Amino acid sequence: MKVKNIVKELGLSVFCGDESLDREVTGGYVSDLLSDVMGNASEGDVWVTLQTHKNVMAVASLKEVAAVILVKGHKPDEDTLAQGIEEEIPLLGTEMETFELTGKLYELIQNQNGG
Amino acid sequence: MKFKYEIEGGNFSKAGNASSAVKKMLKQLNVPPPIIKRLVVALYEGEVNVVAHAWNGCIQVDIEPHRIFVIIEDEGPGIPDIDQAMQEGYSTASQAVREMGFGAGMGLPNMKKNADELNITSEVGKGTKVEITTLLNE
Repeated sequence: MKVKNIVKELGLSVFCGDESLDREVTGGYVSDLLSDVMGNASEGDVWVTLQTHKNVMAVASLKEVAAVILVKGHKPDEDTLAQGIEEEIPLLGTEMETFELTGKLYELIQNQNGG
Repeated sequence: MKFKYEIEGGNFSKAGNASSAVKKMLKQLNVPPPIIKRLVVALYEGEVNVVAHAWNGCIQVDIEPHRIFVIIEDEGPGIPDIDQAMQEGYSTASQAVREMGFGAGMGLPNMKKNADELNITSEVGKGTKVEITTLLNE
């Protein structure tokens, strides 16, 4: 499963990182605590959060997550977007709340990996 | 080989820059990815601690044949009780810092988990020195 498949299936908006939508997704991680993500997320995860500040991109970059999804219609801060563009990190968005988005995302990734 | 990177206290917009620079350098030197991944977690937590608590600091990286030795040193308020600071969930971070998703008291435990050796010394009112050793096993 690639990032672009998730974008299409879940109707996500793409703030930046169009050139990296072919990245392979291996799992997901949901947390708004940056140290939790640093300590526990894996490379290739899709990271779901409501944090919009620039440090999100620092963590995303260091952990090499496949993409970041901002929930509940949150938009990235200006400097967050700038770093996302510079580092070509897919920064995605949805109007869905974390619970709904994550449920759908989990099903999607499980179906793909299981089937 | 020795490298040094500066950290600016209080400036969250630059938090992670030093860790990112170290990561790039380690990749260029062909350090195995699993080793880089662990070390980067410890580095980032250390860097964020300097940004969140100290006035300024630096990361020094010394790459030796069998280990990577990192010193994260700052001029800052210091840590009065290191044992307490090491406890999961303990934090002295400000409300503003917590709202950004930091200050959950996971930083130092994360560093310990991702270092082969972690040594912290601190003097209240002066600063803190964190030494991280990562072994390069063949």
